[in-house]
Amino acid sequence: MTVNDVIKLLDATALTCEDKLDREVMSACGSDMMSDVLAFAKCKCVLLTGLCNPQVIRTAEMMDIVCIIFVRGKRPDPAMMELSEEMEIPLIATPHRMFSACGILYETGLRGGEMDG
Amino acid sequence: MADILEFTYEVSGEDFTRAGEASSDVKRKLKKLGVSPDVIRRVSIALYEGEINMVIHAHGGKITIQISEDKITMILDDRGPGIPDIAKAMTAGYSTAPDNVRNLGFGAGMGLPNMKKNTDKIDIETKLGVGTKVLMEIKL
Repeated sequence: MTVNDVIKLLDATALTCEDKLDREVMSACGSDMMSDVLAFAKCKCVLLTGLCNPQVIRTAEMMDIVCIIFVRGKRPDPAMMELSEEMEIPLIATPHRMFSACGILYETGLRGGEMDG
Repeated sequence: MADILEFTYEVSGEDFTRAGEASSDVKRKLKKLGVSPDVIRRVSIALYEGEINMVIHAHGGKITIQISEDKITMILDDRGPGIPDIAKAMTAGYSTAPDNVRNLGFGAGMGLPNMKKNTDKIDIETKLGVGTKVLMEIKL
């Protein structure tokens, strides 16, 4: 699955880095707590979140996250969009709520990765 | 003995939106130096957690990164309030972060445990009312 496939599945809109939407997606992580993302996110994952601040992009950068999906139609501000271009991490927005967006992706076979311990 | 590369960063405690800038820069430098992706990921996570802690709890501080032939050392030095109970602070889920920090997505009590998980060595020296010094090492 690629970021472009995720966009279609979630009726989403690409907001930044439109030349990087062919990236491969291997897993997903849904959370509004960046602490948990830093502790549990897996390789090549997309991040679904309702949190909308620059630390979401910083966290994604540290975790090599493939793309950030803002749920419930949340929109990042221009400073966040600029940071995402600088970090080369695509931002996309879906009107779906967190649970539904995660469910849609799960249904297609995307998983959250192995549990720790 | 081979040279040690050293970088230092002043971390502002005033602006939460800038928290993570030092970690971003270190990540870029390690990529340029050709350090392995696994090590870069572990350094990035541990350092970013530490940098966020400095901003949330200690009004900023100083980060020193040393890269030698066999390890990367990260020293985070602040003049914050100190950690009253390190054992508690190392427990997953324990947090003293205020609600405004939680609203920003942090303060789940995963920071120090995650720093420990991603490093080969972590030493914390803390004195109440004086500050905290965290030293972390990752082998190359």
